[in-house]
Amino acid sequence: MADGAADEYIVRFENVQKSYDGETLVVKNLNLNVEAGEFLTMLGPSGSGKTTCLMMLAGFEPATHGEIYLKETPINKVPPHKRGIGMVFQNYALFPHMTVAENLAFPLQVRGMNKADAETKVKRALEMVQLPQMSGRRPAQLSGGQQQRVAVARALVFEPDLVLMDEPLGALDKNLREEMQFEIKHIHENLGVSVVYVTHDQSEALTMSNRIAVFDDGIIQQLAAPEVLYEKPDNAFVAQFIGENNKLLGTVKSVSDGVAKVDLEGGGTVEALAIKCGAAGERTMLSIRPERVLIAQEDMPNRLTGKVVELIYLGDHIRCRMEVAASKEFVVKVPNSHAHAALRVGEETAIGWVTEDCRALDVR
Amino acid sequence: MSGLQPYSSPAQVAWYYGFRLICALIFIFLILPILVIIPLSFNASDFFTFTKEMLALDPDGYSLKHYNDFFTNSDWQTALANSVRIAPMATLLSTALGTLAAIGLSQSHVPFRGAIMAALISPMIVPLIISAAGMYFFYSRIGLQGTYWGVVLAHAALGTPFVIITVTATLVGFDRSLVRAAASLGANPVRTFVKVQMPLILPGVISGGLFAFVTSFDEVVVVLFVGSASQKTLPWQMFTGLREQISPTILAVATVMVTVSILLLTTLEILRRRSERIRGLSPG
Repeated sequence: MADGAADEYIVRFENVQKSYDGETLVVKNLNLNVEAGEFLTMLGPSGSGKTTCLMMLAGFEPATHGEIYLKETPINKVPPHKRGIGMVFQNYALFPHMTVAENLAFPLQVRGMNKADAETKVKRALEMVQLPQMSGRRPAQLSGGQQQRVAVARALVFEPDLVLMDEPLGALDKNLREEMQFEIKHIHENLGVSVVYVTHDQSEALTMSNRIAVFDDGIIQQLAAPEVLYEKPDNAFVAQFIGENNKLLGTVKSVSDGVAKVDLEGGGTVEALAIKCGAAGERTMLSIRPERVLIAQEDMPNRLTGKVVELIYLGDHIRCRMEVAASKEFVVKVPNSHAHAALRVGEETAIGWVTEDCRALDVR
Repeated sequence: MSGLQPYSSPAQVAWYYGFRLICALIFIFLILPILVIIPLSFNASDFFTFTKEMLALDPDGYSLKHYNDFFTNSDWQTALANSVRIAPMATLLSTALGTLAAIGLSQSHVPFRGAIMAALISPMIVPLIISAAGMYFFYSRIGLQGTYWGVVLAHAALGTPFVIITVTATLVGFDRSLVRAAASLGANPVRTFVKVQMPLILPGVISGGLFAFVTSFDEVVVVLFVGSASQKTLPWQMFTGLREQISPTILAVATVMVTVSILLLTTLEILRRRSERIRGLSPG
């Protein structure tokens, strides 16, 4: 999939820049390919440029510079209503004066489809989102989750090749959000439609996506599959933004064979994979996931001593916050099993990890 | 909002009743002059006063002769016909122009929005006599003075601000993402306007149109300047009637106009509420 031919891309951003005021760039030189049939999520904090990218793709914001291609056709000069891209909006944007069925029939009527065919399609679309009995209701008579389902059905009913979703689950409560995540994921898998999804919720992104583009400051920080983003973050921003991360600051002592020796602030020397840490003498941020830190290990290449500050019992694991080197926010997830030594607040304990689990990144 | 509570202080109790008293006075002040006219219009004598028979509720003191005069007198009938020809056309123009202006001015990319809005609203603020005199000189130059279209245009200019204001108010509650949604579903801007935006702002358009209609239907100053004898409207006829003959027929006409206004207002308000209900509160 990764090195498919050019015609397998459904969307291609080429050196796209966007500025609203002519001075600051909200999107800085974006290059991104969306593969046909892919579920790609643009993930990032607010103001990172992800929604702007989606709006440029939908045609609601012009690109200041660069070109966007839809199936190899440049679309900068194509108005939104001629792009044929389905879209699900954050606030659903259902037409309040039309019934659910009329909402769904709208894109079909616009395309001049005859009534009988349109009715069949509307019915099938409503069945797909499990709301066949709601066709006569108005949007205001539906719950938030039902409205969202209708919005998804409406964006898909005219069978576009590409659907954009702009934080569609933001207004739903947690349980419903998780349910809808799976539902949208299944719809995507069944229809084979390409989806570009924007969210600031990393768990949503990890659950649903084939690939995630992590945005910050108008730049894609990393574009990769969910497991790669979590386990192999390219830089400090991604490490901090995706999942829980322990950071230890230090100075690079030496780099050889892709492994950096790092002198930690607050004492101690450890080894880490040299991902983005610069040469000897430069500062670096070490990133290690809480579940990869092990308690009281003798045979680890990287060993430190930590003082337990706080213990939180969470059933399957115990969350242990400790002071390690100069960090007071070092978290270790200790599995709840007999094999592990009992920890007590205020006591010191040895911790360790394997070199491959620790990544030396840039300092932000 | 709150009524009297067990813990209300004496001052709050005093305000509770005082507030109601003030409201009652305001309503009396506003409505009484209109209410007095209605029984007077059934006066059997040709005076503007309550006669003894009327006060005694003697049926002989009342008659429909002033109404009879209104419906048979050719002066009044011509005036009525003129009003009925002018007001709807002026309403149509101001509703169409005002709605378009409001939609245009609600878009953030339009430059000098404040200034344009102020200019369009100005007929409402500038003293009527000034507008009327200005229109008189301007319309004379371009040959519109004393014509049907001259009066229609003048009334349309007076009615447009009402439409702009009511439609602008409706547009504040209009969800812009609906327009984007319609575009994403393939609808061109015209279709989006007709099928999505217009139905949703219709209550505001109707209210504005109603105000525009009443403005034209009640207007006397501008029509005196811009119109000629063949555009004599009801208010004009009433005005001359008051000045020249002081006939109680004016009271009958006034009663008819008040009734028409109330009926119009009620019907349109019912329609407006219905469409507002259909529109539903915006989701979310």
